[in-house]
Amino acid sequence: MSPEHSLSSDLPGSVVTAIPTADDRSAPVVTRGLTKRFRHQVVVDAVDLKVPTGAVYGFLGPNGSGKTTTIRMLLGLIRPTAGEVDLLGAPMAGSGRRIDVSVLERVGALVEGPAFHPYLSGRANLRRLEAADPHADARSSDLRVDAALDRVGLLAAARKRYRAYSLGMRQRLAIASALLVPRDLLVLDEPTNGLDPQGTREVRHLVSDLAADGTTVLVSSHLLSEVEQMCSHVGVMYEGRLVAQQPLADLQAGTGATIRLRTTPDGAEAGRTAFASLGLTEPTSAQTGDGATVTAGLGATDLARVVPALVAVDVPVLGFEVVTPSLEDAFVALTGEGFEISG
Amino acid sequence: MAETEVLRVGSTARWLPGRFLVSELGLIFRRRRNVAGLGVLAVVPIILAIAVKTSGGGGGGPDFVSSIIGNGLFVAFAALTLELPLFLPLAVATIAGDAVAGEANLGTLRYLLTVPAGRTRLLVVKYAAIVIFAFAAVGLVALVGSVFGLALFGGGEMILFSGTTASFGDAVGRLLLTCAYLGCGLSALGALGLFVSTLTEQPIGATVAVVLVNLMMIICNAVEQLSWLHPWLLTHWWMAFGDLLRSPVVTADLQRGLWTFAAYAVVFWLLAWSRFTTKDVTS
Repeated sequence: MSPEHSLSSDLPGSVVTAIPTADDRSAPVVTRGLTKRFRHQVVVDAVDLKVPTGAVYGFLGPNGSGKTTTIRMLLGLIRPTAGEVDLLGAPMAGSGRRIDVSVLERVGALVEGPAFHPYLSGRANLRRLEAADPHADARSSDLRVDAALDRVGLLAAARKRYRAYSLGMRQRLAIASALLVPRDLLVLDEPTNGLDPQGTREVRHLVSDLAADGTTVLVSSHLLSEVEQMCSHVGVMYEGRLVAQQPLADLQAGTGATIRLRTTPDGAEAGRTAFASLGLTEPTSAQTGDGATVTAGLGATDLARVVPALVAVDVPVLGFEVVTPSLEDAFVALTGEGFEISG
Repeated sequence: MAETEVLRVGSTARWLPGRFLVSELGLIFRRRRNVAGLGVLAVVPIILAIAVKTSGGGGGGPDFVSSIIGNGLFVAFAALTLELPLFLPLAVATIAGDAVAGEANLGTLRYLLTVPAGRTRLLVVKYAAIVIFAFAAVGLVALVGSVFGLALFGGGEMILFSGTTASFGDAVGRLLLTCAYLGCGLSALGALGLFVSTLTEQPIGATVAVVLVNLMMIICNAVEQLSWLHPWLLTHWWMAFGDLLRSPVVTADLQRGLWTFAAYAVVFWLLAWSRFTTKDVTS
């Protein structure tokens, strides 16, 4: 997992795992140097994605960071300016080649929100997509449409016109369309957008179920807590570049846990010294009410050694806490605090 | 993935888009706007027949109209003539303009393409549907015209432009040939519409553009000084269907017309194809 190839060494904490080598070309999603330039603006800049088989890959990034453009290139909707896309081991797009979308029959997709014919029912809309699929078996069509509707809880509303659907129902219908035939790879762009808490939970369970069946899932989301709960891997986009791509656990570990000690005002200084001598990073103390809090990064220190060391130097331990960083902390560390959309 | 295997057995990629075309036709002919449009097309021969009947005919008017009294089938010919400059092209332009731009506008285009329906295959289906619609529109006008004309004025033998008389069966055959000829002409306009539809995400814009091009061709065709241009205009050849009402049928213009229609259809379909298969779909 050593970063042999760092695309963005100027960014603090940027970690991009090595360029996919020849032997892992069969991973469900592999891109090499994927780049898209619209007029003079580089929207996606030399992205090397690699989504391992069976992974639930959380694709993160602030608005305008190039996620959707990348996803559109993965699905053959947009032609890359440079670089290549392999899906499920098949070369799909590359500069100078015609895009070969035949592999997409094994890929279910949800791109930039649901889009259906408003005056057709949910079922009729799915039948239309079914009919357009040259690989789908006509005989099992009705069965599969209803199974997909059932899977997202829309069977009761199947005959309603799409225009009467709520945003959540529309989102569910779009997910159903991705599940019309068994897929080896699902690309879901913001699947929980507009869903109520129950719907969000169901989508999470659905993704877990699909992953358990062996489907690889690439899911983009703004909801970091969602990603934290369902993903095994994460990739983070920032200003068109992939600034991190790791198993989720590694990304969180990279940011490191924080130790928080509550002690008496007198014990603060001794606690800080003890932390420093243990090798904890950046120990700081602060007065809080009638006590004091000493915090430090755990770094590589064995957690079990911390409290005995404090006790050995007679630091009163009134409270002791290990704070695991959230994905949000890691995300902000990679993409900055700024709220402005980067042009 | 045993389940996967089972479902894929017997589903070898069928490129021929039969089901897709049926679905497309369902979208076109069930859409309320299009049904209303066809209704308007069908009303013209009815109005015409009733107007001629109540006024007792005579009074000149277009060639066909003055002949209606003699044979009800002429209502169909007259209605086609009246609808040819605007109504029929507008109907075809609506469908053709909607073909790609409409799907792009709704966002359904990206889902069709990720199915994957295939871009070339999609254009084949869209154009086939436009052609079927064009023939259906012409056929509808002819059918309604014939039914009302025959009901109000009766049938029997038809006096042709060449002065000779054709049996009723012969006349019906000539009407069918007329429908086929005009269907081809409007299909050529549909190819132009399909191309324009790949250029934009606004279906109405595409439709308006096609209607404007059509009117521009009619205007150019009316300007004597542009006579060198006339043989290249699609609309120039539409009225040649009158030659089908001579005995024997004068085929020179009809043939030239069919070649022109074919050239327009091929050129614009290929332009649409080269545009659409290389286009970034960002809608």
